[in-house]
Amino acid sequence: METKRTVFPNKVLPYLFVAPQLIITLVFFIWPATQAVKSSFERADPFGFSTQFVGLTHYIRLFQDPLYLNSIGRTVMFAIAVTAISMGLALLFAAAVSRLIRSSQFYTTLLVWPYAVAPVVAGILWWFLFNSSTGILAYMLRYFGVIWNANLNGTHAMILIIAAAAWKQISYNFLFFLAGMQSVPHSLTEAAAIDGAGPFKRFWTIVFPLLSPTTFFLFIININYVMFDTFGIIAATTNGGPNQATNILVYKVYSDGFIGLNIGSSSAQSVVLMLFVIALTFIQFRYVERRVNY
Amino acid sequence: MASITLTSVKKTYHGNVTAIHGLDLSIEDGEFVVLVGPSGCGKSTLLRMIAGLETITTGEVRIGNTVVNRLEPAERDIAMVFQNYALYPHMSVRGNLEYGLKNRGTPRPEIDRRVLEAARILEIEPFLDRKPRQLSGGQRQRVAMGRAIVRQPKAFLFDEPLSNLDAKLRGQMRVEIRRLQRTLGTTSVYVTHDQLEAMTLADKLVVMNAGVIEQIGRPLDIYADPQSLFVAAFMGSPGMNLVDIERLRGLVADLPASIPSGTGTIGIRPEDIALDEPATPHFTISATLEAVELVGSESLIYANAQGLSEDVVLRSQGIHRGNPGDPLTLHIRHEVLHSFLRETGRKAAA
Amino acid sequence: MVENRPFLSILTHAVLIAGVIIVAFPVYVAIIAMTHTDVTLNSGAPLLPGGELVANLIAVWTFDPPGAPPFWLMVWNSTLMALIIMIGKIVISIVSAYAIVYFRFPFRTLAFWVIFITLMLPVEVRIIPTYEVVANLGMLNSYAGLTVPLIASATATFLFRQFFMTIPDEMMEAARVDGAGPLKFFRDILLPLSRTNIAALCIILFIYGWVQYLWPLLVTTREEHFTLMMGVRQMAGAQKVDPQWNIIMTAVVLAMLPPVVIVIAMQRLFVKGLVETEK
Repeated sequence: METKRTVFPNKVLPYLFVAPQLIITLVFFIWPATQAVKSSFERADPFGFSTQFVGLTHYIRLFQDPLYLNSIGRTVMFAIAVTAISMGLALLFAAAVSRLIRSSQFYTTLLVWPYAVAPVVAGILWWFLFNSSTGILAYMLRYFGVIWNANLNGTHAMILIIAAAAWKQISYNFLFFLAGMQSVPHSLTEAAAIDGAGPFKRFWTIVFPLLSPTTFFLFIININYVMFDTFGIIAATTNGGPNQATNILVYKVYSDGFIGLNIGSSSAQSVVLMLFVIALTFIQFRYVERRVNY
Repeated sequence: MASITLTSVKKTYHGNVTAIHGLDLSIEDGEFVVLVGPSGCGKSTLLRMIAGLETITTGEVRIGNTVVNRLEPAERDIAMVFQNYALYPHMSVRGNLEYGLKNRGTPRPEIDRRVLEAARILEIEPFLDRKPRQLSGGQRQRVAMGRAIVRQPKAFLFDEPLSNLDAKLRGQMRVEIRRLQRTLGTTSVYVTHDQLEAMTLADKLVVMNAGVIEQIGRPLDIYADPQSLFVAAFMGSPGMNLVDIERLRGLVADLPASIPSGTGTIGIRPEDIALDEPATPHFTISATLEAVELVGSESLIYANAQGLSEDVVLRSQGIHRGNPGDPLTLHIRHEVLHSFLRETGRKAAA
Repeated sequence: MVENRPFLSILTHAVLIAGVIIVAFPVYVAIIAMTHTDVTLNSGAPLLPGGELVANLIAVWTFDPPGAPPFWLMVWNSTLMALIIMIGKIVISIVSAYAIVYFRFPFRTLAFWVIFITLMLPVEVRIIPTYEVVANLGMLNSYAGLTVPLIASATATFLFRQFFMTIPDEMMEAARVDGAGPLKFFRDILLPLSRTNIAALCIILFIYGWVQYLWPLLVTTREEHFTLMMGVRQMAGAQKVDPQWNIIMTAVVLAMLPPVVIVIAMQRLFVKGLVETEK
């Protein structure tokens, strides 16, 4: 990994500079992570006096547990829907904004601010919209004969969290798509125009293919977002219910461990999630334009 | 001000790549020394070793009477002008000039006096309160010089300071640097890959190649009497014509007997080839004209002689009118030949 | 480029107006709810503003929701938490990037990878053991517990590292010739040059700290350290028994206001910070 051509000769100073970051990382990240791995192979007696090595028991139980398999299924559904909706709409809006010159800043401003909305808040906003007694969307749906109740109907609950999660993520995807489109050289679209390609054709044959690194990057980021950052949305709305319909993996690991106090199973779930993030990070740095050059 | 002495200086990277092969050089007090050579020849590394920006693997660097090998750049009392100027972008011109003095604890009135004086010498007084980005390339260059001058160091080190300027400005600044150095009398080491710059600036020219010194001398001596094939080819534009002796023998029956034995290559400067027959002893080559470049006051003529692998270039005063394919007779006087040994490429002793 | 396609222009604007409506609608409804009484809200879903805005604003600031501390205290806690996280992350990241770029020392690459690993270990995958560490260190229910474990930052470190690499090598060499040591160079040259990057990062990191929910939920059990996100969640949860939607939505809008205002007011910096930290 590179440094500057010339470096300062001090021997102690650099250690002092990296120490705070390293200490926090070791104490609050790496140590707890190893503990999670360790306790996923152990069972503690009810009084916490001794622990016993149980090998893969927790993992085997986990993947035989219909509730966990259900949670995986729900997570996959949730992830696909949120990623597709938020990326699709963001791509549409970015393509539209990039056609404009004078008003592009104006629309951008109006589209980006949901980035700053907390997941919890996003959850409550949509919960209110869909609330069966006061929500305007529930009210409108009733007009179409749909009796909306996310408290009782699992599909309704799923739609609710998908809407909230996708809504919040549009702004992020929009900004990256827009940045990607702005970096496509004008000469390319101009050449295509001279070659007789209309605006739609230019978009699909020139701009969109050139955006593929951005698209792939966003895909990874969105999966990460849906898997982890949506905790607040679930916690503020459905709490995983009704009847496990929205109990996605990140919420389940919390409720089983922190509320249900099932340490072994929760640790095994943690380790599964950890492997998942490691894989995502690996893919991101291996195939996406790299953030780090070493 | 001080002399600079390098004794058996060597630089090795990562234990195996050698950039400088044990090199000796002495620079007199007040002398303007130019290190010239192609990129990668080690000239910048050498300069940065004098500055203290690179460590010295073995050998010794002295500034004045002090061995500076282990001294920090700031402790060596030198000033440096960088290729990209390295002005501090967030500081005004004044801030840039003052920074080094402040770090040294120079008293305020003295700082102000020196800054004003440097600004006056370099004619940058009107810009003292501007930021570097508000200046033109030439003005930035002057600020970079000013930053060196205010320090009144033992030596100035220049690392290709003019290569970011356009040709015209480069010419002006060259003259100015030379004048400034004469006035201040500060020992200067100047690195460039531009042989014209090297020729015009140097009291003493050091031609480097692949981490070794090829030749040291006054610029005109080096031009007139290159000690190796490398120097012969590198100094001068266009460079010296270098012809394999065997091919030349195949072309010319009456080569002078004075060519030393062991010679592999004969060198002839473009201006030493004449189209008109001279009075002194000479030989001739028949050739055909390939192309003519008119450079204003003179013409560069590219001629092809049967049997030579490359075109011969000659320089002719005035405008040469001719067309490709025209026959030419090239006249070469005996005394202008440079002979280089086949084995080593060094100059062959007469 | 000359393009004369009025239909396409209309379509473009239509798409964007629809987009703005989709994005703004939930917040619009929330803002409308701020202006009504709970009775109005529970009897229907008004789409036009009412006259209760001021009353609701006053009510929320004096409101002491069940199971949560007074509103103003939560605002204070959230502000403090976001600011400490923001400053902490910037400070420790800029100095570690400085060490990694401007020094060579044994274990430098190892240090870099240790920092990198934080990217792979979000709090969600190590909930209980991290809670235990914080509990063992006696940091539950404290500002230190709320913030310190969150201030390690690989992304901020990478951003600064990336930025330092774009500063010409000669800058530091010139400073050294000018007699600046590592601390002086950092203070006089590097920090001023990093101003824009720091500002852009501040925005991103303030938002990061402000929207935290899971972490404060884990480490605070006493009300006086609850944050705004926990508070609005608590209030929204309580609506099943006492549906004071006017107060809830007022609190929700206020809770999202600071970061949203920052993003809109400093859009250019925000976009720079966001796009560059992720690249």
